[in-house]
Amino acid sequence: MLSIKLAWRNLIGAGLRTWLNVFVLSLSFLIIIWHKGIISGWDRQAQTDTINQEVGGGVYWHENYDPYDIFTLVDAHGKISQEMENEVKNGKMTPILFSQATIYPEGRVQTVLMKGIDPNQQVLDLPTEKLNIELEEIPAIIGRSMAKNNHLEVGDFVTIRWRDANGAFDASELKIAHIFKTNVPTVDNGQVWIPLSRAQKMLQMPDEATIAIISKENGMNQQVSGWEFKDHDFLLKEIRDMIKMKSFGGYIMWLVLLSLAWLAIFDTQVLSIFRRQKEIGTDIALGMTRGQVIKIFTVEGAMNGFLAAILAAIYGTPLLYLQAKAGWSMPEGTEDMGMAIADTIYPYYGLRMIAVTASITLLSVIIVSFLPTRKISKMNPTDAIRGKIQ
Amino acid sequence: MNENALIQTQKLVKKFPVGGGFFTALKDINLNIEEGEFTGIVGPSGSGKTTLLNILGALDIPSEGDAIVLDNNIGKLSHKEAAALRNHHFGFIFQTYNLLPVYTVYENVEFPLLLQKKSFAERDRLVKQALEWVGLMDKIKSRPSQLSGGECQRVAIARAMVKEPKIVFADEPTANLDAENSHNVLKTMVKLNQEIGTTFLFSTHDEKVITYLRRIISLNDGKIVKDEMVSGN
Repeated sequence: MLSIKLAWRNLIGAGLRTWLNVFVLSLSFLIIIWHKGIISGWDRQAQTDTINQEVGGGVYWHENYDPYDIFTLVDAHGKISQEMENEVKNGKMTPILFSQATIYPEGRVQTVLMKGIDPNQQVLDLPTEKLNIELEEIPAIIGRSMAKNNHLEVGDFVTIRWRDANGAFDASELKIAHIFKTNVPTVDNGQVWIPLSRAQKMLQMPDEATIAIISKENGMNQQVSGWEFKDHDFLLKEIRDMIKMKSFGGYIMWLVLLSLAWLAIFDTQVLSIFRRQKEIGTDIALGMTRGQVIKIFTVEGAMNGFLAAILAAIYGTPLLYLQAKAGWSMPEGTEDMGMAIADTIYPYYGLRMIAVTASITLLSVIIVSFLPTRKISKMNPTDAIRGKIQ
Repeated sequence: MNENALIQTQKLVKKFPVGGGFFTALKDINLNIEEGEFTGIVGPSGSGKTTLLNILGALDIPSEGDAIVLDNNIGKLSHKEAAALRNHHFGFIFQTYNLLPVYTVYENVEFPLLLQKKSFAERDRLVKQALEWVGLMDKIKSRPSQLSGGECQRVAIARAMVKEPKIVFADEPTANLDAENSHNVLKTMVKLNQEIGTTFLFSTHDEKVITYLRRIISLNDGKIVKDEMVSGN
């Protein structure tokens, strides 16, 4: 208690010097938590967007379907079961029919995956309602990357060629009805979305689908003959593995930021001890043991950390809250970096993340505060009293 | 050995390592100091005055011989025992005052009592008593930077006296003061010595201080060359 009382007195007595140190350290804490929040938000967005726009609550794959083997598409289609049909009618499931196709934008040849989807579906967060137009041509929606890579704009016409169930090749014109922004590459790059009924007609596969995606609210996961259910653990494994790898990089950054905070504390302590040698000698002359002096200086350093944490919480909470609401806009061209980055990243500050980060930071600050104080045990108090530099 | 003496030294030697050898700062010091004395260790710079004061104040230990202070053999005390001795029975006054700059006058004088874990009421009473002794009650909330040299040294005296120690060690207490302040400070210490009976032991070469002493122990080149009682002021 005495150490805390005296350390507190020393800090308050130092006035502006203390508050400047505390403020600078609080900035370090805030940046550490903000950075972790950005990484968490980015990760969550990647998963959330994938769930919202690609996998919903889970996916029924046709038993012949293998996403890594394009040749399976020839046989990976079938009529959905009655139970699945009921779910579709209730709006809790949407079937999608895949087929390989080729488009010819500006005379070039581009292989695409043609996906037929119900324009009125509510399962995936895609603007499929834009396909609800009566046209002689086939209405299509594509992602922004797909549009950019193929120099396509809304209203453009492009020839599409496909092979139907009987093996016959056919071709028609696509009209680009809408270009949508997405952070999920697998619904954008090389994908063309057209109405399901048109796709089934083109491919001579009436009432058939390759996959059927259930809504997030749908708890259906029973086995259906001819179909295999894939849950989130399976479908999101790759993205989760990628997030884990990114997290490792995030930890490195966190360690770098923490090291800067440690350096600030360490330097402050070293300078403080150097500057206050006379005071240390006086304290010993007045009856303090070296251990007590070391304790006071350690507690002072640790208190700087605690005050910084409190100050960071005071001005950081509204700042981080506002930023989490408004998001952090990414510069133009980030989608060209080859990663799923939204236009705006919304940081996520979990309570657990903040608690763990703050605890580790404070604990390390206490340790770093102690390290320079060991010099005190080697000081000669008679020299220190006279202000002789040691 | 004199059983009534507060301080006794016997064949006290202090050596410091210098280069490959040793420098002997104190050579065969034998002295007794009794309760209530107002004594100075006097000599030119480098004669060993501060070294002797540091040993008697349990801030340093002898290389050879004994220094017995308040029945404690300084050379045999642990760090904690020495700290306790300083805390409870010794007061220190330094040439450069050595006040804690971020503390107020009140807090500086209170500091030794915090180490003794006295209650707030007791601390408050003793601090105000000590500040009344030195006539600084009106500066109780001031910081050292707001005080004159003389006032700073009086605060240092109050801090040394607040715990009513047996012995006060004053190392060149007037070295940084002008003549008027020096006399004021010395008169305060004489008053405390006479009214409370605290033993004062000075290390000095200041003539102003010497005129107030009742006993002068002259040190030269680490040896006692003269030990005489004088009339003092």
